[in-house]
Amino acid sequence: MRRSRWWRVAAGAVVAALPMAACGSDDDAGGEIVVFAAASLTEAFTDIADAFADAEPEAEVILNFAASSQLASQILEGAPADVYASANTRTMGRLVDAGATRGEPAVFAINRAVIVVESGNPLDITGLADLTEPDLVVVTCAPEVPCGSYASEVFERAGVDVRPDSLEANVKAVVTKVALGEADAGIAYATDVFAADGDVDGVAIPDDVNVVAEYPLAVTADAGAGADEFVDVVLGSTGRRILVDHGFEVP
Amino acid sequence: MSGRRTADRARSHRGVGRERLPLPALLLAVVAAAFFALPFLGLLLRAPWGSLAEVLGRSSVRSALWLSIRTSVTAAAVAALFGVPLAWLLARIDFPGRGLVRALATLSMVLPPVVGGVALFASFGRRGVFGQYLDDWFGIRLPFTTTGVVVAQVFVAMPFLVLTVEAALRQIDHRVEDAARTLGAGRWYVFSRVTLPSIRPALFAGVVLAWARALGEFGATITFAGNFPGETQTLPLATYLTLETDPDEAIIIAMLLIAVSFVVLVGLRDRWLGGSRDVVA
Repeated sequence: MRRSRWWRVAAGAVVAALPMAACGSDDDAGGEIVVFAAASLTEAFTDIADAFADAEPEAEVILNFAASSQLASQILEGAPADVYASANTRTMGRLVDAGATRGEPAVFAINRAVIVVESGNPLDITGLADLTEPDLVVVTCAPEVPCGSYASEVFERAGVDVRPDSLEANVKAVVTKVALGEADAGIAYATDVFAADGDVDGVAIPDDVNVVAEYPLAVTADAGAGADEFVDVVLGSTGRRILVDHGFEVP
Repeated sequence: MSGRRTADRARSHRGVGRERLPLPALLLAVVAAAFFALPFLGLLLRAPWGSLAEVLGRSSVRSALWLSIRTSVTAAAVAALFGVPLAWLLARIDFPGRGLVRALATLSMVLPPVVGGVALFASFGRRGVFGQYLDDWFGIRLPFTTTGVVVAQVFVAMPFLVLTVEAALRQIDHRVEDAARTLGAGRWYVFSRVTLPSIRPALFAGVVLAWARALGEFGATITFAGNFPGETQTLPLATYLTLETDPDEAIIIAMLLIAVSFVVLVGLRDRWLGGSRDVVA
């Protein structure tokens, strides 16, 4: 879900500075739309912004990707965002509670945990119970990051006693270790399997024990008119198609 | 403080005395010193001292500290065992490709540590060029083990020892070794009784540098050895992950790491400096 820390910090600093530099230069509806979106939306929202730019050549979409919690903090501290798309309802709730949004947030995408296995699933892993095999090298995220707390929640709900060999710092590290063949299985998100582009395969986790991450988006309190148009595109058929192409489910 | 006075006295004994630095150089030196001091000062001021005892008392923090000490000391010892002969080879034997070997031996210093971790996977991982035989023939797996932590630490720390020791070996007076040889001493006797003692201060400095680098190692460790409390989660890894949820606690763990290194580096400073003077002289 997260890129490397440095990437995140650098990208956040650069992109956060852009709208400030342009601040006040134009305020009309056809101007800039600044979108703050969760890091896991990077590929999907880049495509959606391209599609939006094709339809609305007057508007310019500026994207800023980082951890949802970081973005929420930045907006609360006055960063000039027009649209906020979060990877979980909790961080969106922080903005709603602070009165920083206009209108109700809408859930536009759903991501869920999957078991990632090596490409072709050579060990024939079919479900969570297989992960308890002691010889299997299993990696999950550390409990400090969201994908790690999801993983332990899934194990708990399924009633399986999985002993991970490593608690990784982020979900990309989990996928990398499985893709390299150093780990036999891991817990990641459905979208990570799509992003890995054939390097790993996903094994579904049954709905009754799985955790579902809902992605809400909202227009900020003092957003320009273009922001609503962008949200309409995300929620509309174009946005839905692109999100599905990147492994998300849509409501 | 008393250490500094001793060192100053030692310097004047040798006739170096108090030199007057040109003003611009002095200013730059002050900036350099402040540059190192300020980040630590910032940490000290930011640290939530109230929760110090509580955080340090946690078993997770204690096990990370103990693991860090164990692995870094082992890594420094392994680096010395293999690094000293390598340094000797590089300093004394003129063989084709020596420049290449020296570059290879120091490459891990400039390699981003995460890349180093991926390189270790490619060689010693379960699917690695050599790692697959380690696994098939001996059932040894390095990734996600404490041994893997030591391997990652040695990989990034050994160059510091090799460079330090090689420089010292080039500087010592060969005539003493030659004299020993003419008196009938064997190769091993000369190496262990004449060569090694004469580079002892540099060897000591190299081991300390390698140890300090191993103690702070993060990127190669988390990539190659993973992160599991008590097994592969060293202090730097614990600091990084705690930063995600509790920055205050992360600062305290970082301070623990700094305190351990600082105590050792300050404590060894006099012997270390005293030694390097002998080498240069």
